[in-house]
Amino acid sequence: MKSTLVVGALLTVMTATGAFGQAIKLANVAELSGGGATVGTNWKNGIDLAIEEINAKGGVLGRKLEVSHADSQSNPGVARAQVQKALDAEPYVLLGPGYSGSVKVTAPLAAEAGIAQIMGGEAAELTQAGNKFLFRTSFGQQSSMPKVAKYIHDEMKAKTVAVVWVNNDFGRGGRDVIVKELDRLGSKVVADLSTEAGQADFAADVGKIKAANPDAVFVYLNEEESARILKELKRQGVTAPLMGETTLIGQKVIELAGDAANGARGHVGLTTDAPVDLVKAFREKFSKKYNYVPDHNGLKGYLAVYMVKATTEKMGKVDPKKFADTLHGLTIKAADEPGILMDVTFSDTGDIDRQSFLVEVVEGKQVVKQVLPKVK
Amino acid sequence: MSNLFDLLVAGLATGAIYALVAVGFTLLWQTSQTINFAQGEFVMLPAFLMLAAMQVGAPFWLAIILGILLSMILLGLAFKLLLVDPMMRHGVLPLAIATMALAIGIKEAVKQFFSAEASPFPSIVPTGEVAILGHAVSLQSIGVLVVAILAVLGLTTLLNRTSLGHQMQAAAQNPTVARIIGVPVERMILLTFLINAFLVALASLLITPIYLAKFSSGEVLGQAAFIAAIVGGFNQVRGAIAGGLLIGVLDNLAAAYVSTQYRAAVPMMFLIAVILFRPQGLLGRAEERTV
Repeated sequence: MKSTLVVGALLTVMTATGAFGQAIKLANVAELSGGGATVGTNWKNGIDLAIEEINAKGGVLGRKLEVSHADSQSNPGVARAQVQKALDAEPYVLLGPGYSGSVKVTAPLAAEAGIAQIMGGEAAELTQAGNKFLFRTSFGQQSSMPKVAKYIHDEMKAKTVAVVWVNNDFGRGGRDVIVKELDRLGSKVVADLSTEAGQADFAADVGKIKAANPDAVFVYLNEEESARILKELKRQGVTAPLMGETTLIGQKVIELAGDAANGARGHVGLTTDAPVDLVKAFREKFSKKYNYVPDHNGLKGYLAVYMVKATTEKMGKVDPKKFADTLHGLTIKAADEPGILMDVTFSDTGDIDRQSFLVEVVEGKQVVKQVLPKVK
Repeated sequence: MSNLFDLLVAGLATGAIYALVAVGFTLLWQTSQTINFAQGEFVMLPAFLMLAAMQVGAPFWLAIILGILLSMILLGLAFKLLLVDPMMRHGVLPLAIATMALAIGIKEAVKQFFSAEASPFPSIVPTGEVAILGHAVSLQSIGVLVVAILAVLGLTTLLNRTSLGHQMQAAAQNPTVARIIGVPVERMILLTFLINAFLVALASLLITPIYLAKFSSGEVLGQAAFIAAIVGGFNQVRGAIAGGLLIGVLDNLAAAYVSTQYRAAVPMMFLIAVILFRPQGLLGRAEERTV
């Protein structure tokens, strides 16, 4: 009698789950603790928010989304172990990690398993290794630098440019792309200055910039060094407009450089300050649910889930094998899928093309001055 | 050419700060045979003491005074009583190694209590520039130079023109005889430690607005000052001053005309050359001690 009851109960449970259709399983591995905790937590919250929204509207192709979260502890070694564990459970798509270093060591695992990986890393090399399963949620250097070069040439009307970069993988990667692009557009690089990571004294570098007398200066350093060179540029009275990336106009740089940061401009791929209605709505929903304003990593996590939704709906079926093929070359329009927030196109290498923003530091605050359109 | 002028001014400004630190270095060596490998960290710490004072609500001027006083207590008095005195009797080398340990301790403590990230630090000199010989020179560079020169002038006046200074000289040159003729040698040694602490606090105040307050910023400074002291002549205050200015200018010229990667190597090569061809330093005298 007892066993019949148990079987009956089991049957009821099984039918109940069946009524929802089998859930689509996603696996997230992110920096939930350690140095990247802010990155990973924003990313995770973005994912949860998107899944909650999608499930409330009936899921994807009638099936609910489910996600498991694992903590990489901001450590590439742990990330690798967690990704292996997540892949063993055969998820539909792997989400994360956010750190480029962790992506670099986990990407081969996902590729070998034939599972698409949508991640947050921004290092140029990630999508240059021929991995057919790796997708970005934000710009890599090869996408952002051409936009920066175009802005320097078209908008700043700079015929001569000084390029200052930090001598590591990050800096060299960015420098190579921008110098090539500036050359292509016809802006002459009159000073090409490599600096050291952790460098304290920029007097000589700024002296060289001053001597070269360029129409614009492109600064591509880490945050602290950016602050130091901004101060030195002001100290030596360099008046040429300054252009950079997120690292030149970030909040930390503004705090460190004070007045010297005013007027600096930078290209930003994703920002919750973007003058786009859908992004504003996202920011509001996110802030309401989590009681804080997300950074761009919150946006990335949110977009990753909507990338899964749009791609799956495009295929018309849940097929992990075909997922990566379908996403390559796909354009997702915000008009069709509001969750993608802005029109986006994925290249064959998993890089993205999307509009981005030109931010200027005005009286110690970041102000979005211009929307830079998609490249293609 | 204008580039060279700018580089010289910037180099002299940085060099003046190196000189302050190097002078302290030679003072400690002269009076107590202390080779202070924590000298760079001694420059880093006062900025954080001043920042801490500002965090609890002190205005900048008060924070400067508090920072200098605290530095003199911690890096002068406590350094001598708690580390130098007990280690001294074991010889120069154990003491030098103890100062290396102290350097690590100070760095880690700052990282622990503040953070590993850099913090901004206000400048005592306003930004802006004035024209000198047709060149725009930043007020900050001039301010740094002026303050450093005043400090050095004050120090040399104290050493050469006052009775106190003569007693210090005597204590450095021959402590035994100095003691016999009634010079309070111990007090004179303590005084040099306090002067060193004052100089590094001043250097901290001048350099931190440019380098930012960071736990690791002492590494570069300590090394530069050490090289400056040896190049100039380890047993001469004027040697340390000349060495500091020279290394500052050399560093900037190397960064501009050689390459940024090798900027740190050029002063080092210069150091090797000096050791090979003029071991007593450019202005030093062999086998003699004076402050």
